[in-house]
Order: sequence, then C-alpha cells, then structure tokens
Amino acid sequence: MARFLLKRFALAIITLFMVSVIVFMVAQLLPGNIGRNVLGGFATQQSVNEYNHALGVDRPVYVQYASWISKFVQGNLGSSLEYKVPLWPLLRPSLVNSLELAAVAFVLVVPLSILGGVLAALRRGRVADRVITLTGLSLTAVPEFVSAIILILVFGLLFKVLPVNANAPPGSGFFTHIRYLLLPAMALTMVLFGYIARMARAGTIEALDADYTRTAFLKGIPTRTVIWRHVLRNSLLPTIAVIATQMGYLIGGLVVIEKVFNYNGIGQRIYTAASNKDFTMLESGVLVIAIVYLTAMLIADILYSVLNPRIRHAGAQ
Amino acid sequence: MSSAIVLPDVVPTRVRPHARRETLRLLLRSKTFVVGSAIFSWWVFCAFFGFAIAPHDPTGITPSTLVGPSWHHLFGTDTLGEDVFSRVLAGARSILTIAPLATALAIVAGTTLGLLTGYMRGAVDDIVSRMTEALLAIPLIVLAITIVVAIGHSTAAIVIVVGVLFTPLVARTVRAAVLAERELDYVPAARLRGERAPYIMFVEILPNVTGPIIVEATVRLGYAVFTIAGLSFLGLGVQPPTPDWAADISNNYNLLESGTYWWTVLFGALAIASLVIAINLIADGITQVLER
Repeated sequence: MARFLLKRFALAIITLFMVSVIVFMVAQLLPGNIGRNVLGGFATQQSVNEYNHALGVDRPVYVQYASWISKFVQGNLGSSLEYKVPLWPLLRPSLVNSLELAAVAFVLVVPLSILGGVLAALRRGRVADRVITLTGLSLTAVPEFVSAIILILVFGLLFKVLPVNANAPPGSGFFTHIRYLLLPAMALTMVLFGYIARMARAGTIEALDADYTRTAFLKGIPTRTVIWRHVLRNSLLPTIAVIATQMGYLIGGLVVIEKVFNYNGIGQRIYTAASNKDFTMLESGVLVIAIVYLTAMLIADILYSVLNPRIRHAGAQ
Repeated sequence: MSSAIVLPDVVPTRVRPHARRETLRLLLRSKTFVVGSAIFSWWVFCAFFGFAIAPHDPTGITPSTLVGPSWHHLFGTDTLGEDVFSRVLAGARSILTIAPLATALAIVAGTTLGLLTGYMRGAVDDIVSRMTEALLAIPLIVLAITIVVAIGHSTAAIVIVVGVLFTPLVARTVRAAVLAERELDYVPAARLRGERAPYIMFVEILPNVTGPIIVEATVRLGYAVFTIAGLSFLGLGVQPPTPDWAADISNNYNLLESGTYWWTVLFGALAIASLVIAINLIADGITQVLER
C-alpha cells in the first residue's frame, strides 16, 4: 500500500511539473510588452526597458520559468502585475470562497448521483433506469450557465425561494451562507450528476453480475444484505475514482458559474487575470487549481487503497 | 482451395453495404436517436434558413426595448429592442458553424495522433500520454480562456483553440481502440507482407476503428457546443450584433436580479439545452447500436 501511494505521489508531482510548463508556455502567448502596457504609450523607451528589467521579463523564457517555479516551490507566488501586490493574499480568499462553493456542490452531488446510479442499476433495463440514465446524460450535456439560468428563472424568479446572487450579505450566519450558495451548487450538481451516476450504475451492474453475488444469493442471504455487503462495497470503488477526476471539472466549471452568480472565487480571479493579461496571477492561479485537483486525486487514491483489500494487503504478501 | 482464395475478396464487398443498412435500420428503431435527430435537424434548418424565416430583422435595433412576449414579438424584445424570437432562430448559425468545425479538427488530428501513439507505442506514446494527463489536470475552459484572450476571439481562433484542446482527448479514445486492434492477426499479417507503417495504420487499422471514432465525434460535438457556448457566455466568442444564444444570454442575464425580463434569457437557454440534449441523444443511440 505504501508503495502504491508513493508511486501515485511521484506521478502527481510529475504531472504538476508538466502542468506548470504548459501553463507557463500558454501564458507566454499573451501578447504585448508588459512595460509598455503598464506604463502607457507616452512612457519613454528607456523607462519601459527599465520596468521590464526590474520585473525580469527581458530574460530568456527558460530563465523566467526557472525563477518562477523555484520561488513558487518555496511558497513565494510573486506579485500581481496588475495590482502590484503579493498574489497570495488576493488568491487565498478567492480560493476559500471557491472551495466553499465546491464543498456545497460536492455534498449535494455525491449522495444524489450514487443513489441515482445504484437505483438505475437495480432496475436495469426498466423505465426507472432509462429515466435516470437519460436525465443524467442530458443534464450533463447542458452547459452550466444554461442550467444556472434556468435554475435562477425557476427558483429565483418564479417561486422566489432562493436568492439570485451568490454573495450572502456580510456578517450573515452559516446557514444564510449555504442558502446563497445553493443555486450555483445546484447548477454544478446538474452537470456532475450524469457522470457519477453513470459510473455508479456501471459499477453496480458489474458487481450484480459477478459470481460472488450469485453465490451470496444462492446461499440464501437476504437481498438487502447482499446489496449492502457484497454489491455496493465493490461497486463504489470505481465511483470514487470518477468523483476525484470530476473535481477538475468542478473547479473549471466554477469559472462560468462564478460569473453567472457574480461570486468572487478563484474562477473569477483567473478569468479577470486572463482578460487583463495579468499573467503572474494567471500562472499561479492555474497552478493552485492544479494542486487542488491533484490533491483530490491523491485523497481518492488513499481512500481507494484503504477500501480495496487487494491494495491494502498487497505489501504483506 | 479456390473458394478459400475467392472468399476474402467477395465477402467484404457484399457484407459492407448490407451491414451499413442494418446499422441504419437499428438506428431508426432507436427512439433516442430519432428524437435527437429530429431536434438536431430543426436547428440545422435554422442554421441555414434562420435569417430568412425570422419574422423581424434579427439585428434590428428598435426603440421598443424589453417588451414582454406578445403576438407581435412572440418571445418579446431584449435590452436593445431586438426581437428575441428572430434572434433565437438566427442564433443557430454561429454555434452550428463553430462547433462542428472544431469537432472535425479535433477528430482528424486526434485520430492521426491516436493511430500513431497506439500503433508505434514507445517513447512518443509515453510522452503524449503524460502530456494528456497534465492537460486534463488543468480545467479546459481556463486554458481556452487564456489562449482565446491571447490570440483574439475570431471564429477561426475559437475553432482552432477548441479543436486543439480536444485533440488529446480524441487521441486517447482512438489509441485505446488501436491498442486492441494491433493484437489481431491481420496487423502482423500486413507487416509480414511488407506493408509500411502508414499503410497499416490508415488503410488496415483505421477502417476497423471507425465505430469508436463515430461515437467519439458525436460525443465531442456535444462537448464542443458546451465549451464554445461557455466561452461565448464569457464574452470570448461571437460578438454582437451577430445573433448567438450564449452571447445573448450574457448580454441580458444581469437584468434577472431585478426579478423580471425572463424572456430575454429563457428562450436562448432552452435553445442551447435542446441542441446539446439532441446531440447527446444521437450519441446515445449510436453508441447502443454500434456496441451491440
């Protein structure tokens, strides 16, 4: 188990390195002379050159990359080109906001979609299965801002039960906070439901068809016990893996959702950074997201190995 | 003896059209496929003739802004006094131009890459696989935003950005199919015959992996609409006055906080939803028939 996790950890580090290279290369695409952009058209060429030199953007690209990444590893994210202040104090509250929203969405989507998938599998081929599968398939396909707009129209305008804006008034309590996050979280839930439910359904069907399930039934164990102890234990393993990979989407989906609900999260930060060509903010923001994503993957791997006896006991053999 | 030689020549030519007709027959029996195709055809019709059948000029700015739905304006008018119904009809064109082009680019490039990595294996395969994994750790939309901001949001730019970002995903699917195919006897047979690698990849293997590629293409088209609509909503797509469902929603949804003007966004949202759902129903139908 330790070897399995160590290997996963090493892979995550390699992936992170590749991500940093991709992000850095993509950010280099943002055109324009930074000094000229910041100082404006009337600045002298000399002051522009001095500005660029002070920022270090006149150095070769690989030197810039090395300097950026070595500082990042030491926890120094540099400062924003646009606001001229250190990045972390700007990114941190946004990241916290986004994680709050993601957490609410997570708490909604995971039980709902597992329940949906398992139910569909148990009713395989019947109406309930078709309904759940097709609903999931359709909801997943609809862009998150479209689901969000429809949710706003239904719950915000028609029934007037939920706030249209995601920002709770300052100083409001925990439950008010959650209430304001419900609509955006529901929009994210609609997109993710299909994937996770499909995986849960496939896993459950595989477990239902397995020999050990037939044996359990033939031994005369009550259906309920077979499902809980034999089927679900095996079927939910692949589901955990899918939930982790969907974290990547969840955070990407935040960019659009946060714009719809005018919510100050990491997605908004990155979007603003990209539009304003604040590429230090962009690079670090994306890398922070990648770290969150890979951490989620690692946690899933740990959970997976704890739940899966084949990996848990692999070292002992 | 002679029949054993004749058979391989005759069987494929006779079986193929028959199999294709059989596939079509099965598809037409699939309810999801038929319903999806019907909705999809309607929007394709609108993409071609939407401007012509629109009752008002889709880009005609009038003083009667934010009028609710009525007989004269079936879906009301938006902030600029444009007829929402006409814009919904005409708005099919932009998304149904950009999304299929981006998908086609991704399928062509991804299939080539998938054949190469799947057939050649080795270092190239390892590098491409690692890159794909890294790419998947970055939210696609974030990369798309950055590149579109960098190179500008022309139609061509969006086609290229979405096409290129989807390429590794297509390649992964094709690679998996190729890995299974290359173990079958006809591949070493072709190699022993002295065929070159490009011939084996494109003439021998490619026709046998068209099933997964067709499924991938329909699924990818759905994601292309998803991504392009998202970019458009963020203001990084088709620019006004060109009618576009996502851009129109983006230009009007701020009014929702006042608790009214629902008609400015509802119909565009339903149009996008019905288009992507139709594409997914088609994909579902095709998958079920091809994977029988």
